[in-house]
Amino acid sequence: MAKVLVVTSGKGGVGKTTSTAALGAALAQGGENVVVVDFDVGLRNLDLVMGAERRVVYDMINVIQGDAKLSQALIRDKRIDNLSLLPASQTRDKDALTDEGVEKIVQQLREKFDWVICDSPAGIEKGAMMAMRYADIAVVVTNPEVSSVRDSDRIIGMLDSKTLKAERDERMEKHLLLTRYDAGRASRGEMLKVEDVLEILSIPLLGIVPESVDVLNASNLGSPITLNNPASAAAKAYFEAARRLRGEQVEVAVPMERRGIMGRLFGRKVMA
Amino acid sequence: MSETRPLIRLRGRSIMALVLTPEPPLPAWLEALDAQIERAPTFFDNRPVIVDLGTLPRETRDAAELMRAIQERGIHIIGVESAHPSWSGLEAWGRPLPGAGKAGKPIEIPQTAAASAASVASSSPGPRVEPAKATPAPTPAPTPTQAPAQTSAPAPEQASLLVGHSVRSGQSIAFENGDITIIGSVASGAEVVAGGSIHVYGALRGRAIAGLSGNSSARIFCSKLNAELVAIDGVYQTAEDMPPDRIGMPSCAWLDGDLMRITPID
Repeated sequence: MAKVLVVTSGKGGVGKTTSTAALGAALAQGGENVVVVDFDVGLRNLDLVMGAERRVVYDMINVIQGDAKLSQALIRDKRIDNLSLLPASQTRDKDALTDEGVEKIVQQLREKFDWVICDSPAGIEKGAMMAMRYADIAVVVTNPEVSSVRDSDRIIGMLDSKTLKAERDERMEKHLLLTRYDAGRASRGEMLKVEDVLEILSIPLLGIVPESVDVLNASNLGSPITLNNPASAAAKAYFEAARRLRGEQVEVAVPMERRGIMGRLFGRKVMA
Repeated sequence: MSETRPLIRLRGRSIMALVLTPEPPLPAWLEALDAQIERAPTFFDNRPVIVDLGTLPRETRDAAELMRAIQERGIHIIGVESAHPSWSGLEAWGRPLPGAGKAGKPIEIPQTAAASAASVASSSPGPRVEPAKATPAPTPAPTPTQAPAQTSAPAPEQASLLVGHSVRSGQSIAFENGDITIIGSVASGAEVVAGGSIHVYGALRGRAIAGLSGNSSARIFCSKLNAELVAIDGVYQTAEDMPPDRIGMPSCAWLDGDLMRITPID
């Protein structure tokens, strides 16, 4: 039975696209058939992070409007066979999305793949609503800081009211993915602690991804971090999150502050 | 053989009583009362009444007579309030009642018998209406004001809304007809609006607006005060002005006249 997952947040810039690519690649490496779908019409980014920006011919709006078939728009990843991308349009905007069009596409994708991961745009308007509407599972990406937490709370409220599952009175499985976590800043009180975020949002924790320069390096190279640098701390966190999504019980480890020899000698934090 | 004694049980019980406040000069007041009863003969039927003698001057000698006069008119008196200790003859009405509770809103006295029957069943009282001009107005003597004791509506139980989950940011829960109880937290950016009191068994991080439509005795309770704004009957206080020692603590917000007070829940 295929699973439709929406990666959403409310707040922009917290790591939805990065997480969509990382989780998608991690699941695909584990043997699942995965498609990642970009719902950010007009401001598409998923194709860049996946390294497919030079191969985009047709996009989701073309499929909705009947200009192309779904199979023509799907782009298979060159590195992993069972990972595909459905890009968004860059020239149109979110008004081009229609309810019936999206429903039809999601239905068709369900038949072809095990996992359909929808990368939601930021905000609470049509693009975000369409991305979450047909989802079975939601991953709410949050940075441990106040504005991100409040926006995530709003988005959780919408997951419980504006989705098809909510309308059918079914409970949508929601998971919290805490990203850009900086242990040092959390211990100094500059960032919210994990317990504080969990207390406010009250949804189960999927994983904690530490702040990492490797993430930017990977996206510059057009590769999900779990492909580009699987040994990095961020990638490890994503691999574990993917295992939890598949139902495995893996304990969540809160990333510790990393201090090298220089840091210990001179008491200053060295860039890891 | 040992005898088992019957167990004495005590229960708490609250009832809605009306408070009648005679105002001098008394003869004129009694005339006004008669005129009112004529207009709405069944209004006092079966309603327990407490007579508040607080406006009578200390030198009053005929307080007992006044009570009898009221009782003769078929008003069912169950107690006396604010009588001066020197007045005699009031023992028939039992001991004076303990200190007055918070006064509620004035009750509209219906102008016709039919309306009077209806008012017994009605829920929210409207604003007090002046007596109809058709009947000869008793004179400048004030018409009897009736302020209910303890509660604000001459109706059976007030309705109450129970919300069994947290209120998320951006959501708004409104219930004009009574209290709202939330089992969970109210997130920052959410709001709860009630005609009565608000009870949050969790953290209050958003806005709580209680006592809508004039209920100044409404209160706001929470296990953890981190509210952005609290308001009771139009009087509001933002987070900035809240007492710092209550932030993050179990608190109760209530109105002391026109002042918002936030105190611990004991």
